Amino acid sequence: MLKVDNIEVYYGAIHAIKGVSFEVKKGQIVSLIGANGAGKTTIMHTVSGLIKPQTGTISFSGTDISNVRAHTIVEMGMAHVPEGRRVFSKMTVKENLEMGAYSRKDKADLEADYEMVYTRFPRLKERRKQLAGTMSGGEQQMLAIARALMSKPKLMLLDEPSMGLAPILVDEVFSIIKDINKSGTTILLVEQNAHKALNIADQAYVLETGNVVLSGEAKKMLDNEQVKKAYLG
Amino acid sequence: MSGFIQQLINGIHVGSIYALIALGYTMVYGIVKLINFAHGDILMMGAYFGLFSITVLHLPFGLAIVVAMAACALVGMLIDVIAYKPLRNAPRISALITALGVSLFLENFFRVIFGAEPKKMPNIPSLEGGFVLGTIKLSYVTVLTVILSIVFMVALQFVVKKTKVGKAMRAVSEDKEAARLMGVNVNKTISITFALGSALGALGGVLYSVAYYQVEPYMGIMPGLKAFVAAVLGGIGIIPGAMLGGFVMGLIESLSKGYISSSWSNAIVFGILILVLLFKPSGILGKNVREKV
Repeated sequence: MLKVDNIEVYYGAIHAIKGVSFEVKKGQIVSLIGANGAGKTTIMHTVSGLIKPQTGTISFSGTDISNVRAHTIVEMGMAHVPEGRRVFSKMTVKENLEMGAYSRKDKADLEADYEMVYTRFPRLKERRKQLAGTMSGGEQQMLAIARALMSKPKLMLLDEPSMGLAPILVDEVFSIIKDINKSGTTILLVEQNAHKALNIADQAYVLETGNVVLSGEAKKMLDNEQVKKAYLG
Repeated sequence: MSGFIQQLINGIHVGSIYALIALGYTMVYGIVKLINFAHGDILMMGAYFGLFSITVLHLPFGLAIVVAMAACALVGMLIDVIAYKPLRNAPRISALITALGVSLFLENFFRVIFGAEPKKMPNIPSLEGGFVLGTIKLSYVTVLTVILSIVFMVALQFVVKKTKVGKAMRAVSEDKEAARLMGVNVNKTISITFALGSALGALGGVLYSVAYYQVEPYMGIMPGLKAFVAAVLGGIGIIPGAMLGGFVMGLIESLSKGYISSSWSNAIVFGILILVLLFKPSGILGKNVREKV
């Protein structure tokens, strides 16, 4: 589904990503874990086309997307739920969902998909006429995920979906991610909460200062001494 | 009393033109955070395109408006692509200075081509005369100006609130990166914003030249500045604010001309800018938000 091959990314003079490779297979949940500043968000931005790698290739469903613009990548079936939710706060919940469906060409089942999203997130239905900025952090996170679902993605990128949420909401977010994956969407997940991420992921990659230092089956990593010490506490 | 009503009529007339132009300022500011000081010159170009359509192409007045709006929409997009797009990630002051440069360029370009001496906008036969009630005169030009302005403002409001492109404009103005992640082509959306703002500016230009019968290269400066003040007064970046600000400006200008002194009216109008910036910089409809550093 997604193959990232030896990418290097610079932010101005800063060498943020120093040759990272990983793969996400169809149907999987793959998690990138690592400390702040390890380059997780930069990788997500590069995959979804917001920034371009200096070298290396990214291929999505067999197409090289290293030089494809972000808005075209969305049309190809990749949705990115950015860090910090980034809902359109001055637009209503419904309008946010409409923005999620912006790239879709098939208008036929659009109404059915709004209903699908509302069934999954009943709070959003109640609040569909409310401005997104007036909702709580948890509700905004649900909206950000729902908005991404509206593009009917094959692959969904989630960047720190549990950040700043109360523990009970964190559990809810992770169970939603599992649900979405079960209904056929492949997931690439970046998380600070390594324990939770490794629990739902199939594969995981550990990042340190722009490099992959460890990779493998997620469940096995839960028992890895190195990972335990650094990320599971 | 009739004098007062006459001033109100004049104020609403010129105010609706300010409102049309203020919309262009506020839309562009909303989406790229740029005060497009070349926007007053869009009014001037609109007037020239209108004049050209009427006197050279012999088009009917209605069609001349359409031509002027379409031509300015195109020029507006061109200005964005040539002058502002390369500076999208540059400091805001660079784009602002560029806007001043574009303005000077347009004024002098039109001066070289058409000469500095004012051209006369011909009388539009169907617009001559008006309604007279005692000493109060309501010309057809005024009626047309106000009606057209309101129609286009309502249409704009519809576009921004209800259509896909309008929603994309709002999304881009709030968060460009998030909009890209929705599949929005940000540059195209910005171009459309320039096109819409410039088309409204052109309409303002044609209506302005019909009211004052004159077309010259520097005619956009004063109404452009006043419309900018109107946009700030209403709350820059807020579309209904620009409309409100335009009408308020027109009324203040007209009443101060009528009751204080016509030579002081500009000072009063720009004095308002200073007062707004001192006491409510976010404008009438704006919320006071501190800029995040």
